[in-house]
Amino acid sequence: MLQIDTWKRVLIWLVCVAGLLLALPNAFYTRVEQSNDAYAEIAVQGETPERLAVAEQWPEWMPSGLVNLGLDLRGGAHLLAEVRVSDVYAARMDGLWPEVRNTLREERGSVGTFRRVPEAPADQIRLRLSDESGMTRALELVRGLANPVTSLTGAGATDITVSGQGDMITIALSDEEKLASDDRTVRQSLEIIRRRIDEVGTREPTIQRQGSDRILIQVPGIGSAAELKEIIGTTAQLTFNPVVSRGSDAEENPGIGNKLIPSLDEPGTFYTVESAPVVTGEELVDAQPAFDQNGQPAVNFRFNTAGARKFGDYTAQNIGAPFAIVLDDEVISAPVIRSHIPGGSGIITGNFSVEESTNLAVLLRAGALPAELQFLEERTIGPELGQDSIDAGKVATVVAFVGVLVFMVLSYGMFGFFANIALILNIALIFGALSLIGGTLTLPGIAGIVLTVGMAVDANVLIFERIREELKAGRGPAKAIDEGYSKALSAIVDANITTFITAVILFAMGSGPVRGFAITLGLGIMTSVFTAIFVTRLIIVMWFERRRPKTIEV
Amino acid sequence: MRLKLVPEGTSFDFFKRWKLWLGISALMVVIGFASFALQGLNFGIDFRGGTTIRTEAEQDLDIGTYRDAIAPLGLGDITITEVFDPTFEDDQHVAMIRIEAQQDGEALSSQVIADVQAVLDEVAPGIKFISVESVGPKVSGELVQTAFLAVALAIGAVLIYIWLRFEWQFALGAVAALVHDVILTIGVFSELQIKFDLAIIAALLTIVGYSLNDTVVVFDRVRENLRRYKQKPLSEVLNISINETLSRTVMTSVTTLLALISLYVLGGDVIRGFVFAMIWGVVIGTYSSIFVASTILLWLGVKRDWSKPDNTTGNQFAKIDA
Repeated sequence: MLQIDTWKRVLIWLVCVAGLLLALPNAFYTRVEQSNDAYAEIAVQGETPERLAVAEQWPEWMPSGLVNLGLDLRGGAHLLAEVRVSDVYAARMDGLWPEVRNTLREERGSVGTFRRVPEAPADQIRLRLSDESGMTRALELVRGLANPVTSLTGAGATDITVSGQGDMITIALSDEEKLASDDRTVRQSLEIIRRRIDEVGTREPTIQRQGSDRILIQVPGIGSAAELKEIIGTTAQLTFNPVVSRGSDAEENPGIGNKLIPSLDEPGTFYTVESAPVVTGEELVDAQPAFDQNGQPAVNFRFNTAGARKFGDYTAQNIGAPFAIVLDDEVISAPVIRSHIPGGSGIITGNFSVEESTNLAVLLRAGALPAELQFLEERTIGPELGQDSIDAGKVATVVAFVGVLVFMVLSYGMFGFFANIALILNIALIFGALSLIGGTLTLPGIAGIVLTVGMAVDANVLIFERIREELKAGRGPAKAIDEGYSKALSAIVDANITTFITAVILFAMGSGPVRGFAITLGLGIMTSVFTAIFVTRLIIVMWFERRRPKTIEV
Repeated sequence: MRLKLVPEGTSFDFFKRWKLWLGISALMVVIGFASFALQGLNFGIDFRGGTTIRTEAEQDLDIGTYRDAIAPLGLGDITITEVFDPTFEDDQHVAMIRIEAQQDGEALSSQVIADVQAVLDEVAPGIKFISVESVGPKVSGELVQTAFLAVALAIGAVLIYIWLRFEWQFALGAVAALVHDVILTIGVFSELQIKFDLAIIAALLTIVGYSLNDTVVVFDRVRENLRRYKQKPLSEVLNISINETLSRTVMTSVTTLLALISLYVLGGDVIRGFVFAMIWGVVIGTYSSIFVASTILLWLGVKRDWSKPDNTTGNQFAKIDA
């Protein structure tokens, strides 16, 4: 009847002890956190006596996993950004244009003359031929420029579609290529955002892709969403463009294939530059803050091999001509090329402060975002509010806990006391499990735990009420306990599975704080079922074996 | 010497006035609907788009002054409410400022927020923005859809589970109780114009879970008693089952409410709306599992021929041994 195998007993206690050990670091949160940080620093930057002292605040052999605190508890910033994936299409077309132009020019004999139609949408190139008879050959030539799409779904397709109508040729990206390009753009943006945030070295940022073209960024401990946006640098696009002319007319018509860009430090000055850049920031491999020969802050940079070659060729051919260093559609500086620059490295000088040059270097090093980000959601939670919530949550949890403990003992006496031990273990198990899976505790999550405290006793109440009924029906103590457990089980299982279903749906559909709530609720259901049907049962059985009471009162 | 909330061996007749109870529930559902239709919900920015700013200042708060200060910025409709909480210090004056969603699909720009802070700093020097949350209308529309989908999915999944474990009449009764609870909760939020945001959806789903929990415990006993008392009329079996589980129903509701009330009083104002929804849900959920779910079960009738081989502990989970 009331027999539990020894291996089961050992297993049950082992789970409880493991839960307690995993939960323990959370009781010394600050200390463990400092120690973990110190270990991380030692791993990266080497050991110093100070770091070691901080690290040894918490013994190394102990578990050191902590429950992550959500933004609403720790304070920080949350951004949901949409990547404007279609921005890339226009850039691709501009990149393709010189190639199209050169290819067609080489065969001017059979194609005739042509010109690009400026009114075309930005994601298309339209060409008007002087003579329709050249159309067949021109289409053939342009189609020859297409490449196969490099993605699984787009296998067999080419990256551009070329169509001719009358004397007009239209070149655009194919749908397959757009899909592949969108995916690349979002991945690239994600990676660049990650690197930029890592550069600043904040703790545990969350950077996730959401859906097809969105990125969720959560950084705890940062002052505001505005600060976070500055780090991400909404549109830091660096390009090196040939300068056509310099003037002061903002309305000037730059001509086809060129654009008019204002100067960053000289108000009222505008540069006309070629739209197709010589080299872009994507080809940079390194950028460091430095000082120029006059002692002014500047940024040193270095290109990768391909970039170095393009830059070298261009500087060799254009000695004496100016070229513009363009960041986010503003000309930082437009130096004149004095000599061939073969090594692929150079220096950007401008009217920088030391801080500006440092920031610029960080931005350049992390690479340019391929497309603009549009921020759909921004949240800043101050650390004070988080701390207030934690304090209030702690007090509320303790009061709830004590209330329930007292109530259980008043209602069920000794059995209530057993249930209370299980309840305490239950909380420890929730925290242990949260630490183990690296779960995040949010404010609704605390509510989930408090709710669990209230509901965790439910399983025990079901069992105890059942035992009471069995006792009233005249069964002996051992039989009553046994029957109580087995008869209450179906109600416990059904009731908890239905609640668990809702927790799972919440987790799947929710985001942020709601998801945090779903996690604690779901874990709470699992641990409370475990403690009710295994732990209290084991405690009662052990008590029963020792005392062998003739009668029991529940 | 034991604390007993429910005396032993009760035999209340829960169905003597079943028409009255169903009538009351139906009336409340209608009121909830009417309130929802007439004044709608006080949607938070999660669902409507817009910006909320939580400010904290040491000076006494004058909503009019704040409003006049912000008005020249031309941000459209602005709502300012003062927040009171027993946990605040004497010189802690907290306000929530809500700015409607702006024209483009994006969140409010940092520049505008800095402007708001600058103008408020003139009327309340040293004012702090404790939290700033801004949701663009594009996202909020999707959040509404997801939320509705989540509640519908949860109810659907539960319907299927109970159908599988019990009979279809049980599933209908349970789901009727659920829908009743959800509508009444939304009704209360609409009637009292409490802010309805994403967290409330979580609360709604928890209410769904809790209410079911209660209903399932009663139904489990009904199923067992239907096998035991093959000849008794259904209403009597239902009454016996509810009375037998009454002590447990009350105990669990009381412990849960004990925990929730302490959170309501001490947990701070940020989650008060959320906890309020849960408290209401526990009360309603307990009521509905007896007076709605069981009454509907009685009304629908139930198959009495449980021809499955049956001991008193007859179901697959009863064989689990610890």
